[in-house]
Amino acid sequence: MAEVMNDPDRPLLRVENLSVGYVTPTGRVDALRKVSFELGREKLGVVGESGSGKSTLGRAILRLLPKSAQIGANRLEFMGQDLLRLSEAGMRQVRGRQITMILQDPKFSLNPVMRAGDQILEALAIHGRIGRREGRRRVIEILKAVRIRDPERVYNAYVHELSGGMGQRVMTAMMVVTNPMLLIADEPTSALDVTVRMQVLAIIDDLVTRRGMGLIFISHDLNLVGSFCDRILIMYGGRIVESCRASELHNVIHPYSRGLLESLPSIEHPKKVLATLKRDPAWLAGP
Amino acid sequence: MTTVLEVRDLHVVFGEGHNKVHAVRGISFAVEKGECFGVVGESGSGKTTVLRALCGLNTSWQGQILIDGRPVPRRRDPAFCRMVQIVFQDPYGSLHPRHTVDRCLREPLEIQGIGQRDQRIADALDAVGLDRSFRYRYPHQLSGGQRQRVGIARALLLEPKLLLLDEPTSALDVSVQAEILNLLVRLRAERGFTYVLVTHDLSIISHMCERLIVMNVGRIVEAMPVKALRERTPENPYTQQLLQASLGYDRAAVERFQTFD
Repeated sequence: MAEVMNDPDRPLLRVENLSVGYVTPTGRVDALRKVSFELGREKLGVVGESGSGKSTLGRAILRLLPKSAQIGANRLEFMGQDLLRLSEAGMRQVRGRQITMILQDPKFSLNPVMRAGDQILEALAIHGRIGRREGRRRVIEILKAVRIRDPERVYNAYVHELSGGMGQRVMTAMMVVTNPMLLIADEPTSALDVTVRMQVLAIIDDLVTRRGMGLIFISHDLNLVGSFCDRILIMYGGRIVESCRASELHNVIHPYSRGLLESLPSIEHPKKVLATLKRDPAWLAGP
Repeated sequence: MTTVLEVRDLHVVFGEGHNKVHAVRGISFAVEKGECFGVVGESGSGKTTVLRALCGLNTSWQGQILIDGRPVPRRRDPAFCRMVQIVFQDPYGSLHPRHTVDRCLREPLEIQGIGQRDQRIADALDAVGLDRSFRYRYPHQLSGGQRQRVGIARALLLEPKLLLLDEPTSALDVSVQAEILNLLVRLRAERGFTYVLVTHDLSIISHMCERLIVMNVGRIVEAMPVKALRERTPENPYTQQLLQASLGYDRAAVERFQTFD
């Protein structure tokens, strides 16, 4: 097992024909349709518009979907463990320790009545016995690693006392303090100003690269994913319609991917009229 | 060229004493008839505060605001509303959830005592590309893009001279954003509107505007033609950094970022 886990060439995550559906009074709604991909120690971008299933994909990997969701897959394997057959107790060992997730808005996803440092300490304490003093030392250390200049102040601060960028650094710190192998970031920087966004991305980039982690970066922003990630999956209607290397983003061929790219206004090369997307129902059925 | 809007030494202060926040610190600019004027800035720069002062949602400002050469009244009067209209950022929050599209569009006509209401409402829906069948629907029955079209239709109804746009597409998907931006471009060409467009997204500015101002902590740091943006030649270091960050992720560039206060 240990050898399997440390082999750097082996994919961290293998997903084969992952489907998620909800049964409603008017019939089944498919949120994910037979999604397959592998993830190594790389930055994988998942892009799509609202309703494309990109967030469902992130949550399905961590089994964080509501009970009403019907999840099926031929394979959902993380470092040799079958995530679909793992018990709830086994899953708790995975969540927050081996796989962690950064959410969009720190204002809503951090605890408003707990000091920032104590929340990070809690994440540490749940996944291993740790003394108060040693814990505090490690929290201060991780706060420094996400480039917080005044870690003592931030440790004692509540979320409402922190700016958006600072809050997102705290969340990043909380998600990497347990040394996970896979980080899922669901629109981690959409609520931030552009310059702060780039600074937070640089922090995530450095941590992921230095520690040899895998990153699933979920975003609606094609330009951002194209410049930040190594590889990209483009989703539409719960399916992966196309995947490409990030450097090849401008050569995508699927009409949906092309449509998305062409509908973006550009700073340097403005067009008179932006292309709009004509959706083809056939995209839902196959590539 | 005639000047539609002129702002002279505008200040907006919130709170008193210890909690005093000087949100807008003496800004001046002028907008010509028929142009699209961009206001760019990050959160806290005061860009939305300027817009709220312009459209009369905030009356506690100091300085001078002139529209068509006349000072605007502190309290909005019906004549002012026929001159200036605003399209809000969040199409989910800016339409009354229990009013149909028809009622939402009828209200400004009733307040202003304008006749031929049915015809005008039908024309406004046409102009923003919504089918007549949308007329008796409620906002929750519409998508985000459709709601924003209703918001634009509402602003059009009174045929204002000046249309204020506060991040009109930031809540929308990119393909829907393209449709709304095309609509705004077409309406301006057809009807000769003047726009003031507030956004944090430089690519939208480059697509829509002729001139822009860049704001940071309540001040204008740079006023420039859009050409300077497109050719990457802004002069102010703050603008340069904003532009760099907007062009995509570049690990080496992040290292050189500074804070500007």
